[in-house]
Amino acid sequence: MRRIIALASLAVFFYLIATNLSLDTWESNLMDIEERDSIAFVRKSVREDRGEVVFGETENAETGSANMVSAIVVDYRSFDTLGEITVLFVSSLGVAFLLGGLKKRVRFKHQAGFVMKKGSDLVFGFILIFGVYMFIHGHLAPGGGFPGGAIIAAAFLLKFLADDKYKADMGAFKILEGTAGTLYVLTGGAGLLLGGYFLQNFLPSGTVGELFSSGIMPLVYIIVGLKVGCELTGIFNYFMKEEAGV
Amino acid sequence: MHIFGFILILIGIYGLITKNNIIKMIISLNVMEVGLNLFIVSTGYREGSLAPILTGENPSTVLDFVDPLPQALVLTSIVIGVGTTALGLAFARKIYQKHNTFNLMEVGVGE
Repeated sequence: MRRIIALASLAVFFYLIATNLSLDTWESNLMDIEERDSIAFVRKSVREDRGEVVFGETENAETGSANMVSAIVVDYRSFDTLGEITVLFVSSLGVAFLLGGLKKRVRFKHQAGFVMKKGSDLVFGFILIFGVYMFIHGHLAPGGGFPGGAIIAAAFLLKFLADDKYKADMGAFKILEGTAGTLYVLTGGAGLLLGGYFLQNFLPSGTVGELFSSGIMPLVYIIVGLKVGCELTGIFNYFMKEEAGV
Repeated sequence: MHIFGFILILIGIYGLITKNNIIKMIISLNVMEVGLNLFIVSTGYREGSLAPILTGENPSTVLDFVDPLPQALVLTSIVIGVGTTALGLAFARKIYQKHNTFNLMEVGVGE
């Protein structure tokens, strides 16, 4: 009975979408970037048109970022990103609220062997460095704060899985996370004071394609990366706990 | 490519309606989310265009790039998906602790 209802609702949903989007004659896949509104983000001419931007040559472009996606995420629509890390913060708060009462570390049925333990110790630092590289180069290469933070959390997850006695010092993570969140808001406030609106890119944007370029974007990505890494590590830490009586 | 995203969304909705197991429901939610992300990214994709990053090989903004806006929106959506999944799994663990089952139909029956 339930399957019939499910299939019927799927059919209605499919009909609505298929008639409204007309999937067969969907022209937008053939549309040139010139005909879209996003062309302003690609040409870096949202506020004013300053002509062609060339990698490694143009100075003080509108955003100095070589990666256009991170230019949208942490410059043009940075307020969205502030909301986004707030959502992540609230969900990690919810996990802490639900599982915070558990104190004992989970014991695994199968203990990790010698190779696993020593190998994870060996790889741990490299994964951390790769995560940091990821969010420092967020404005030049694919990646950015969120993948960087996730990689840092993955390094700690490896530690949690390799050794069932390992405990991370969560106090330090919480302080770092709170500091990073406050710094993001303060960066926004500095933009408000110096530039005129919240999260304005108030630093000079430099040459496109250099590491020290595009104003506050690397700073914001470092803040976001640290915050996301701390939050995800906190979530993993709560999932690695169980009730004391079991 | 948007057809595949659309099929994944339908699979996710079907799983969400028919399954009782809370873990399977969270997986359905994730399948649906992946489908939706694929769908949104595919609206910006155009065959033969470049990835939206300036490099030494593709140095100028007047070249033909893929639309970066859907990708930025999907980046936001992925992070929020991680948050909802973590919260859902925390709820699942709490339900399992209290009722000793993941099946939502059995929750509350034995009391």
